[in-house]
Amino acid sequence: MKKDKLSWARLVSEAEAKQLPLIDYLLERSAAQVETDKDAVLKKTESMLQVMEEAVAYGMTGVKSNSGLTGGSAKKLKEYITAAADKRSQDLLGPVAGTAVMYALAAAEANAAMGRIVAAPTAGASGILPGILLSLKENCGVPRKKLVEALLVAGVIGEVIANRASIAGATGGCQAECGSGAAMAAGAVVYVFGGNGKQIGDAVSIVFKNMLGLVCDPVAGLVEVPCIKRNAGSVMQCLLAAELALAGVGSFIPADEAIDAMDKVGRSLPGGLRETAEGGLAVTPTAKAWTENYFKKIHG
Amino acid sequence: MIGPSSSHTAGACRLGLLAAGILGERPRKAEILLHGSFAHTYKGHGTDRALIAGLMGWQPDDARIPDALRLAEEAGMEFSFTPGDLGSMAHPNSVQFRLTGAKGNACEIIGASIGGGQIMVTNVDGYPVELRGVLPALFVPHRDEPGVIALVSTILAQKMINIASMRVFREGKGETATMVIECDQPVPADVIRHLEELGPVKLVRFVDKVS
Ligand code: SF4
Repeated sequence: MKKDKLSWARLVSEAEAKQLPLIDYLLERSAAQVETDKDAVLKKTESMLQVMEEAVAYGMTGVKSNSGLTGGSAKKLKEYITAAADKRSQDLLGPVAGTAVMYALAAAEANAAMGRIVAAPTAGASGILPGILLSLKENCGVPRKKLVEALLVAGVIGEVIANRASIAGATGGCQAECGSGAAMAAGAVVYVFGGNGKQIGDAVSIVFKNMLGLVCDPVAGLVEVPCIKRNAGSVMQCLLAAELALAGVGSFIPADEAIDAMDKVGRSLPGGLRETAEGGLAVTPTAKAWTENYFKKIHG
Repeated sequence: MIGPSSSHTAGACRLGLLAAGILGERPRKAEILLHGSFAHTYKGHGTDRALIAGLMGWQPDDARIPDALRLAEEAGMEFSFTPGDLGSMAHPNSVQFRLTGAKGNACEIIGASIGGGQIMVTNVDGYPVELRGVLPALFVPHRDEPGVIALVSTILAQKMINIASMRVFREGKGETATMVIECDQPVPADVIRHLEELGPVKLVRFVDKVS
């Protein structure tokens, strides 16, 4: 018999069969996997949340990347929001999305500056989850315990994606990194606001619907351009998907099938659009000129 | 982990950790050849610092990684980086380590960062292997003859060490073969000595998992 791949639908139905709330089942399962108890899992997850908070704080100081190409955009956004004379301009995104975008930029910039971050699911996509979670904390008063549980849900979604597809830009393009990060975060948001397992799956699926095909094309191969802004953009996809799922709009394609579709699309992307910096934005005239200069500088 | 890249920073650190684990001690000297994407972008991603941090035994989330080159030098490690070519079959994020330890152990290791922070060591001292660093593992080059695998697995079974996976890589019939055995438990020194005493066994290296 062919081995079943890990699937979100199966996890949801296993929880139902055991008559356990989804979070309890996921927690139990995570504990069993590493032969420890639930408290230890929660503690470990909480320490990840802490690293995310520190990464955001570091990014908000306006750090520059090593290469000098990026940095400071989170800080700039903050200054703009605080200073804007015309208060309507701050409302373009609204407080939840606006803060989430700002913090996602901050964490992604901390990453580019060799700060400590949590791969979510990778370093390139490490801004999305902190951006979302910390915005929920600040703007919606979500308690820390709930955020930790949400992070655990996100982690399991990431596990399903890694099991069925790939989370590496070199294999699946940016849809596999930022797309997966947004899908994980969308599931976390749905969980926070009381959505059930099916709704979490719907949110995952909706994210992939909107991010399918996104290529990986980092300028000079560095995790900076376009990665940092893609973290911000992914935050918007995440919130959109979560809102629709919570409203009960649902998704025609189930989460697991959307993940499989993402995998197939990723494998059919040409190599030049999978982290090799040989396509997309990485080969625009501006990128090429900067790259040439940069390589001269560092390799002498 | 320390940014900016899962494959080029965290994966590189784990490769360094695994390489030092294979050597069995902290290297005193490391000649590092970088292939493909590693050769092109190692400075921008801090791949060089992450590899050295791993060789120093530091974990991927160690805040000293950005400073690893200076700190390793101060600790007396000699190292060099050369962009090079490991052939068209090599993974684009590949690295070759030529390591010498303080106790005089020497080892040549080829590995790759295969995405999302996962790694694979594919060659140790010219022996083809597959080592991922996710479980404690034994690396056992031996003379290819009937019964060696049974002998080794029996000894492990007697010590209640469970084998999670086992692969044998053979150069040719009757020549040197290499067992790579991933175990659920670390393998104690006395068991390793016992294995080393087996006639056809040339060498036993225990390589602990890396985080
Ligand atoms: S563009 Fe590539 S390197 Fe950048 S975040 Fe996306 S997948 Fe990662």
